[in-house]
Amino acid sequence: MGERFEPRIVVFACNWCSYAGIDLAGVSRIKYPHNVRIVKVMCSGRVHPEMVLKALVDGADGVLITGCHPGDCHYISGNYKTMRRYLLLRKLLRQLGLEERVRLEWISASEGDRWAKVATDFVEHIRRLGPLRLKEVMSAE
Amino acid sequence: MGEVRIGVYICHCGKNIGGVINPSRVAEFASKLPNVVVARDYMYMCSSPGQMLIEEDIKRHNLNRVIVAACSPRMHEPTFQGVLKKAGLNPWLLEMVNIREHVTWVHEDVPDKAEEKAKELVYAAVMRAQHLYEITIHRLPVVKSALVIGGGIAGIRAALDLANAGIKVYLVEKKQSIGGKMAQLDKTFPTLDCSKCILTPLMVDVARHPNITIYAYSEVVDVSGSAGDFKVKVRLKPTYVDWSKCTGCGYCTERCPARAPREFDEGLGTRKAIYFDFPQAVPRRPVIDPKYCLWFTKGICRACEKLCPVGAIDFNQKDRYIELNVGAIIVATGYELYDMTKLREYGYGKYKNVITGLQLERLSDADGPTKGKIVRLSDGKEPETVAIVLCAGSRDEKHVRYCCRFGCAAAIKHIYYVKHSVPEAKVFVLYTDIRAFGKGYEEFYQRLRGMDDVYFIRGRPAEIFEAKDGSLIFDVFDSNTGQLLSIKADLVVLESAVVPPKDWESLRRMLKISCDPGGFALELHPKLRPFETTADGIFLAGAIQGPKDIPDTVAHAAAAAAAAIGFLSKGEVESTPYLAVVNEDLCSGCGLCASVCPFDAIEIKEEGGRRIAKVNVIRCKGCGACAATCPSGAMQQNYFTDTQIVSEVSALAGGAK
Ligand SMILES: Cc1cc2nc3c(=O)[nH]c(=O)nc-3n(C[C@H](O)[C@H](O)[C@H](O)COP(=O)(O)OP(=O)(O)OC[C@H]3O[C@@H](n4cnc5c(N)ncnc54)[C@H](O)[C@@H]3O)c2cc1C
Repeated sequence: MGERFEPRIVVFACNWCSYAGIDLAGVSRIKYPHNVRIVKVMCSGRVHPEMVLKALVDGADGVLITGCHPGDCHYISGNYKTMRRYLLLRKLLRQLGLEERVRLEWISASEGDRWAKVATDFVEHIRRLGPLRLKEVMSAE
Repeated sequence: MGEVRIGVYICHCGKNIGGVINPSRVAEFASKLPNVVVARDYMYMCSSPGQMLIEEDIKRHNLNRVIVAACSPRMHEPTFQGVLKKAGLNPWLLEMVNIREHVTWVHEDVPDKAEEKAKELVYAAVMRAQHLYEITIHRLPVVKSALVIGGGIAGIRAALDLANAGIKVYLVEKKQSIGGKMAQLDKTFPTLDCSKCILTPLMVDVARHPNITIYAYSEVVDVSGSAGDFKVKVRLKPTYVDWSKCTGCGYCTERCPARAPREFDEGLGTRKAIYFDFPQAVPRRPVIDPKYCLWFTKGICRACEKLCPVGAIDFNQKDRYIELNVGAIIVATGYELYDMTKLREYGYGKYKNVITGLQLERLSDADGPTKGKIVRLSDGKEPETVAIVLCAGSRDEKHVRYCCRFGCAAAIKHIYYVKHSVPEAKVFVLYTDIRAFGKGYEEFYQRLRGMDDVYFIRGRPAEIFEAKDGSLIFDVFDSNTGQLLSIKADLVVLESAVVPPKDWESLRRMLKISCDPGGFALELHPKLRPFETTADGIFLAGAIQGPKDIPDTVAHAAAAAAAAIGFLSKGEVESTPYLAVVNEDLCSGCGLCASVCPFDAIEIKEEGGRRIAKVNVIRCKGCGACAATCPSGAMQQNYFTDTQIVSEVSALAGGAK
């Protein structure tokens, strides 16, 4: 058997809840797979669908969008916008067969343990799906 | 800015980072990345020698971008921004890479992978740093005055604190007098102080304070502008009395022949058509109620006009509007009681002898409808048995989910009222839990619980029925003893649930602040910032943030005032660095950005024959929702432009080359 597939995962994290929650996992020394790479934004509502697609096209095997729980957004309603945008994005992704590669999760600043679980689950999930290789496919064309 | 010159600094953080990965190898890797002029590692980057090292490099190598790979930016971003500033660089040319919380602290078990990840994160930061630019922080002067909305104990305390700090205060109260609910209470738990005796001196202080202007019988109708410079439109409702002439002698109220239900007595007593809310009213200036005034209803009388020694009566008064310019706003609009008629099974509004706790306060008050005697409303007789029902509508999924926080202590106080007025009366207290949490409350509870003929029953009444003689009959299951009891009471007192004022919703929209599930104003942080809101310059005081007893209300109000004083005395407001910025050449004026802005910070303006989005730099809080929505890419966010984010994403997705 060859080497275990190590997916490459891009995570968008909002500054106020999710990024802080991810920091908390670090402070509490809670281990999770190394495959996740965090991109900080001020609010999950800043994440444009094109940024998600760009990640997949440029080599990511999966993308995780994280934000504050509904009702907790530092900017009142940013996460609701994220939710609506995510549902539309999923429709598009379904057409492309990529629906399973993108997830939206709420992580609060106190949920370091939850973040570790979300990250572990998602990495496992993408590992099962296998590599995406959009980049190779696109450059071959 | 010409050529990009990047310095990269990898911190060991002692063994926190250096014990897992090899920072020198990461620095070595970084030194080969595009436009990196210098890359180093150091034991403690945040120490003063570490900071100096960066500062000297900036000068020596003419750096115009700095990347520090160390702990979370939530820790030391301001520290390293300070270093840039000291070296004469714009602080937003700094980029931090989190290789401690996000790498070494969580991937200790796979050090090779951790090091690889650290390198990739540094690589992505270098790619992103190519696109950083200088950010200007806008500063606007602050108007040194404040508006306090609501003149209950919260508004009174906040107004006095602000005024004593030398700030001009406008206090807007919708009723004839300030004082709020506290003025309606007879005594206050747990000490049983006479409520008005401790409140009215403060009301007088407010009236006399040279820095406070009271606008009573008024309401806020429009709020525009932003933190530091709000424009507030206030409607002065017609009182039909020229308050500038009136001396408050009160002849008019004595001689007025028309009677109306007295709001101050929760509808129990009567007042005249020209009235003060209560004898100690502040301002002591009466209003005419056109619904009951004989001149307005029948075209007769005008007794007040004839009697007034200074000619202050003015039947032709209309709404008047004034505009205030303030730097900060304190919201202190308090609470209201939940409508007890919604609890059909208790028969409030149908049975005369079912009353609210606030009505009991009025019965107990010497200025109340019974001159301080507690009686059955149906026949004026002294009650032999009184049932006090706690959590009436509170902690109930069908009504109000949350706890009212003062019902328990109020109920305990009400035992005292009853026993004081009718010593031989029997009192049943029907409770869910007794929450006597405040200072001195438990002692107060123990003292009254131990009185003769006071019975605590753990349960809520089933349906209440009225007997022919006006007394009330109901069953209650006592979950302490497991018994089903049948009780007959002469008076039932409902300790009502508490909700925000009815007109609060429209004011809240004007102020653009959010609410919690119960409708109360949402604080910026439930623990750390309970008196601030997401809107800069707007603070919360008292029960409008959630039900509070008087000690908590006063502490909250004083904290809100202190925060407002701090805000106003800074002298200026700063814009967020993460401001939304418009490329006006690309903007089509479609307005999608304005529609998603939660802070009303974007306006579409006509300029040179076309529509362009304009950002209010103080209102904008830097969430970036507009930038994510803009169809043309004209709207961008400082420090998080599309290009900046995408270059980072792309680098992370593709891996370091
Ligand atoms: C039956 C009962 C007994 C109580 N007994 C006690 C006790 O013994 N001890 C104790 O500590 N607490 C007691 N409380 C609680 C106490 O009433 C509150 O803690 C206190 O009143 C809260 O003060 P506040 O200023 O926040 O609100 P409020 O007292 O409600 O004052 C709000 C003020 O704002 C005004 N207002 C509202 N909306 C607007 C608007 N849009 N524009 C302008 N003005 C507006 C109102 O007219 C009012 O004057 C009792 C409460 C009840 C119901």
